[in-house]
Amino acid sequence: MMDTFILAAAVILLLLILASLARVVGGPTIGDRILGGNVVGTKTTVLLLLIGILYSDLGMFVDIAIAYALLNFIATLGATKFFLRRRNTDEVLDEIFHQQEDAVDTTKGGPS
Amino acid sequence: MTLVAMLLILAGLFFFAIGVLGILRFPDFYSRLHAAGKSDSLASVLVIVGVALYNLHDFSFANVLVSLKILLIAVFIYVASPTATHALTRTALVLGIEPWEKGKKRR
Amino acid sequence: MKAKLVTFVILLIFWIIMSGMFDGFHLTLGVLCCLLVAFFSNHLLFTEAHPPSLRGCLGFVVYLPYLFWQIIIANIQVAFIVLHPRMLDKIDPHLFRFDTVLKRPLSKVALAQSITLTPGTITVDVHDEQFTVYALTKDAADALPGEMEQRVARALER
Repeated sequence: MMDTFILAAAVILLLLILASLARVVGGPTIGDRILGGNVVGTKTTVLLLLIGILYSDLGMFVDIAIAYALLNFIATLGATKFFLRRRNTDEVLDEIFHQQEDAVDTTKGGPS
Repeated sequence: MTLVAMLLILAGLFFFAIGVLGILRFPDFYSRLHAAGKSDSLASVLVIVGVALYNLHDFSFANVLVSLKILLIAVFIYVASPTATHALTRTALVLGIEPWEKGKKRR
Repeated sequence: MKAKLVTFVILLIFWIIMSGMFDGFHLTLGVLCCLLVAFFSNHLLFTEAHPPSLRGCLGFVVYLPYLFWQIIIANIQVAFIVLHPRMLDKIDPHLFRFDTVLKRPLSKVALAQSITLTPGTITVDVHDEQFTVYALTKDAADALPGEMEQRVARALER
């Protein structure tokens, strides 16, 4: 009886993961996509525990779940940091190119 | 004990569903964070505690150790989830994602 | 020294729960690893200026049930808003700022995490004494800093 219940819970969880994938695929902004990935990861951690009960080998699956939770957290932090870093690089590049254009303008306009 | 575990898992699934619905329905990124950050952490902790309780139905020392490990995941999620939310909010602000205001169209 | 000892004990408990082995080889390995890590990186867990204290630990334990109750209230509120058919009328998101009286970094972190987990508010940024908070509704914004800050102050400041 309990096994059927756990199986049903796992299937529902899987459907919820599919629903939140819609946000990952269709999210209008980058933040929505990262958030969707984070949510899917949290659900997967729990799903791994339920699978562990179904295989009646919880001791092994708990280790996998811990590793997955850690990876999920670090992946989210890494993704956010990456986009912060990219923004800063963009700003720096913009400044550099503006300076170059200014320099070209002055050399063109200089002699005349 | 099995009944309590079942109830906890059911409550956890309900809050997971609320979280997903919130992510799909809310109008902008920041309010989606509300749904995801709060519902997800409580829901996963409920299911995790339910699994830990169910694991104790045949009582042995090894099983108590496994249940402690499962509770460790819960503690970790409670520390990690607000931190991830915080990082996401800051990134969104720096990237210039605009908050939704009353009267605007949803995105 | 005290910080190193407490770090060592915490790490050793963590090792024992994680490994689940009680033979001499694994325990010796664990003690060696924990000693090394505690010796080299104790300042990551406790800073020298604020060594661990029994009183702070007890205060945190007293604070936890209140936090958990607030989390449950927050989730019921989010569930109500999400399931409401005319959701857009219910929410009025906006950013606001407030200054805190907390001094220790640990209690500031605790307050920031608690704000994120409790009804209708998310911490965006903590800069010195200034908290920037994103609130989902007007009521949630008015409730801060209020009771939660006092409770954190009582639990972790001394």
